[in-house]
Amino acid sequence: MKWVESNLGLVWDLTLTHVALCIPPIVIGFLLSIPIGWFANRFRVSRGTILVVLGLLYTIPSLPLFIFMPLILGTSQVSSLNVTVALTIYAVALMVRSASDGFGSVDSDILQAASAMGYSGWQRFWRVELPLSGPVLLAGLRVVSASTVSLATIGSVIGVTSLGYLFLNGLQRTIPAEVASGIVAVLVIAVVFDLVIVLAGRLLLPWNRGDRSARATARAARRRAVLVAEGAS
Amino acid sequence: MVRRRLGPAMIEFRSVTKQFPDGTVAVDSFDLVIPPRKTTVLVGSSGCGKTTLLRMINRMIDPTSGSILIDGEDTSGLAPVKLRRRIGYVMQNSGLLPHRKVIDNVATVPILNGVPKKDARARALELLDTVGLDRSLASKYPRQLSGGQQQRVGVARGLAADPNILLMDEPFGAVDPIVRAELQQETIRLQEGLGKTVVFVTHDIDEAFLLGHQVVILQKGGHIAQVGSPAEILANPANDFVASFVGADRGKRVLRIERVDGRDVVVDENGTPTGVLQP
Repeated sequence: MKWVESNLGLVWDLTLTHVALCIPPIVIGFLLSIPIGWFANRFRVSRGTILVVLGLLYTIPSLPLFIFMPLILGTSQVSSLNVTVALTIYAVALMVRSASDGFGSVDSDILQAASAMGYSGWQRFWRVELPLSGPVLLAGLRVVSASTVSLATIGSVIGVTSLGYLFLNGLQRTIPAEVASGIVAVLVIAVVFDLVIVLAGRLLLPWNRGDRSARATARAARRRAVLVAEGAS
Repeated sequence: MVRRRLGPAMIEFRSVTKQFPDGTVAVDSFDLVIPPRKTTVLVGSSGCGKTTLLRMINRMIDPTSGSILIDGEDTSGLAPVKLRRRIGYVMQNSGLLPHRKVIDNVATVPILNGVPKKDARARALELLDTVGLDRSLASKYPRQLSGGQQQRVGVARGLAADPNILLMDEPFGAVDPIVRAELQQETIRLQEGLGKTVVFVTHDIDEAFLLGHQVVILQKGGHIAQVGSPAEILANPANDFVASFVGADRGKRVLRIERVDGRDVVVDENGTPTGVLQP
């Protein structure tokens, strides 16, 4: 405990850095996955290919990918951009399946009805398809969030500061309290992110509350996303 | 909003053919005039092309050849999205947007047409009265309503932009018989009151005879077996197919008169008395 007391400032700073490192890949990955997932769902022929390729991307081990990033991006070895881009790739790889499932979960009768009402294609996407696939999209986003928060720790190995520093330093200097506080901080971030996403879902998808079948669809989607993540690691 | 002047809404099919990409010919050189401000029912078994015909009116489906005219204007020259916004559409299982409250579902089309939200909602509340729904349901989500209530909301939504044409695709197929009978009566009342051109699709001949001023009996491939008023079809079925479809061949709809205590009692095909003949 003594280590924690005297290093609270360090843990707090690293936590903030870690949060700042995680948010862009989660947000960008989510945004990129929506058009790709929509496309994969809309054009069935492309669905298989897109999902397989992206599934394979997630199986690339993170450390080599982090190390290779500078070669691909032309960035410096210690640039945090390497980690941001690599984490975004993982986020997309995980999220596209959920997005595709999400758009696939929208009842085709409802889409027909929306067209018959006189929604144009664009209006139908924003006002009907996107909100109705919301529960499944958020289920996928929760998995992406947890995955990103944990993967970001590995960035420390290549010199991009994150809570992973506490693991490396703690192990090297055999300070169990340091390692433990790193684990706790990562968990706290993951839980807080998860709560934020769940709360956002409550606010943005109010019709969904108390709808058992929608919740079941979302749960199933989350399980599928977790399976993809587990199958890869 | 600039309202375009709507005509009486006569719909004409001129040798319309629809072949789907998989090769099925759903409708083959179909001709029909749908009279304005009346109810026309397209009736037939599944696969007869009745839904395809209905969806070609609002260009949900475009014909492979031939043309469809509304008040003499070829619909192929009209923008599909605009056309759909001036034609009401009611479908089976209501097709309500599950993420919109009842009132917003009803107000959908006027809002798409550019009516201010407040006005559209005020009008939506009136429409709930029109279709016999309590205004307290306005702030509920569709899944909180019964099947019959959802279907009424569907009808209200179809009427919201005050279209002169209302397309109804087996709208009461999924509700229980008692509610269906209620909704059928309501449809008759609304049609008479509002004077819309209603095109109604069903596989139920009894529903067709009940609602239709003009009934179109369809065979596979959208071939018309017979067109006429219910009375004309019953009095003179065009062929064996029609006779069998309306049940005339099984003695269904054949009523007899029996003399009981000096009065004429009408008896149906099962020998069940159904009423007394007025002298």
